[in-house]
Amino acid sequence: MDAVIEAKELRKCFGAFTAVDGISFQVPAGSVFGLLGPNGAGKTTTIRTLYGFSPLTSGEVKVFGLPIATSHREIKARIGVCQQDNTLDPDLSVEQNLLVFAGYFRMDRKIAASRARELLSFFAMENKRAARVMELSGGMIRRLMLARALINSPELLILDEPTTGLDPQSRHQLWDKLTELKAAGLTILLTTHYMEEASRLCDSLVIVDHGKILVEGSPAELILEHAGRFALEIEGRDPETRRFAIESGLKYDILDQRVILYSDGDEASLEEARRAFCPATCLTRQASLEDVFLRLTGRELRE
Amino acid sequence: MSFKNRFSMRFAQVWRRNLIVYKRIWKINFLPPMLEPIFYLTAFGLGLGSLIKTVPYRGAEVDYLSFIAPGLIASAVMWQSFFETTFASFVRMFYQKTFDAMLSTPLTLEEIIIGEIVWGATKAFIASVLVLCVVAAFGRAGLPGSLLIPPVAFLGGLAFACAGMYFTGITPNIDMFNLPMFLFITPMFLFSGTFFPIDNLPVWAGFIAKATPLYHLTLLIRGLCLGGLGNDAWLSLAYLAVFTAVAATLALRAMRRRLVR
Repeated sequence: MDAVIEAKELRKCFGAFTAVDGISFQVPAGSVFGLLGPNGAGKTTTIRTLYGFSPLTSGEVKVFGLPIATSHREIKARIGVCQQDNTLDPDLSVEQNLLVFAGYFRMDRKIAASRARELLSFFAMENKRAARVMELSGGMIRRLMLARALINSPELLILDEPTTGLDPQSRHQLWDKLTELKAAGLTILLTTHYMEEASRLCDSLVIVDHGKILVEGSPAELILEHAGRFALEIEGRDPETRRFAIESGLKYDILDQRVILYSDGDEASLEEARRAFCPATCLTRQASLEDVFLRLTGRELRE
Repeated sequence: MSFKNRFSMRFAQVWRRNLIVYKRIWKINFLPPMLEPIFYLTAFGLGLGSLIKTVPYRGAEVDYLSFIAPGLIASAVMWQSFFETTFASFVRMFYQKTFDAMLSTPLTLEEIIIGEIVWGATKAFIASVLVLCVVAAFGRAGLPGSLLIPPVAFLGGLAFACAGMYFTGITPNIDMFNLPMFLFITPMFLFSGTFFPIDNLPVWAGFIAKATPLYHLTLLIRGLCLGGLGNDAWLSLAYLAVFTAVAATLALRAMRRRLVR
């Protein structure tokens, strides 16, 4: 399949600070690609170079096979961007936000009007047509941002933390909509802090930190390779548990207040530890992308 | 993207966005440019005018109301366009992130800034028409010259909108707009021939006044209003055109430096 985005050795510096340090990746047509990383890892900077907002320091980016450096007007006509901040126009109504935005793409007014109706109904916001943006809830703001990013019927959708700050209901609803769009063949590039979101939506993803790619693969591959199938968390600072972890031959993390053991095989290999150290309180769970993320990027706080 | 490709008629879409917002509350938007000249013409024209009687203008004497009426049109042009591309544009750029959203579409930064500047000039144009109506109601809008005032006001609006946009490009925060307001706009309002002929100023101050865009805009509008345009009108037109071109270049450069990182 053709790559919709091809980034080669993408580098972006702000003065002496290197925000993105030579990353390369490809986003195949029709797939959902995740860009994951802690705060300050360079996700938003990467995204901003992709839609021509920030010029590259060095490297090459092609979108739809076109070089971003020379044809960003043509590229931007074919992509939809849902920025991290609320950039809706507070001076306009919900429907006007879509129509005026369509104007920036020089869309025909009639086509824009019918597309706006379609999107408002898709995102269940028909009864909010005339509402002001200020009156919308956080979930509705996100839905309208997404609707606006789709107004030009883009071939590529770029989503920068689309569900940050949403309640579980709104988040699940947005996931449903994104799954529907994915099924319709839209290519999506996504950044997120929610590993569950990345696991559900992404076909493949990269985890970046300090401007560099740490790993790349599908969520399932990455979980298996870097965590395992199952995980057992044992609370406390018991030295016995720690010695067991080190000598067990399993993958493990020794943390301040916890020990986590990972098993590549079945739950049975964790059973011995569970019975020995916490028969009553701890449960064996599935290893997750969150384990991978924390194992690779570390547990210390950022910012 | 090459420099030439950053400019197209797409700026009209940014202009249209501002027009849509303006039309939503046009009745309120119409009020200040209508009320302000009524206040000024009543207070200064009628009140102060009864003490001053006449003012020399091009070798003749005109009554004070006739003298300040065109000055008020010119200063309305200045306030409207400068305010629009400073405070209003800054709010859109910084607080509402409207420019960020626009930059994710095929619009270029240059088109956004030009759209804002042309909108500022449009507001000046609308204000000039409104103030002109008030001036006409006071019987001080001479014909046919007054009909040419709105297009001249548009040019003047471009000049002040470009200057305002330059300040928006370099100001660290919204409070800092007080600086150009008090160092640039207010002195111009008072000393560029709006309320009294600049011949009354000391020679050095007269030179400074003649270097300001408001002086030239006032000269043009007063000439059209009172039917006294001389050959120096061409010089004033040329001054405004050159001022606009220079300020536009500076504004575009400052905004690019500010927003493209």
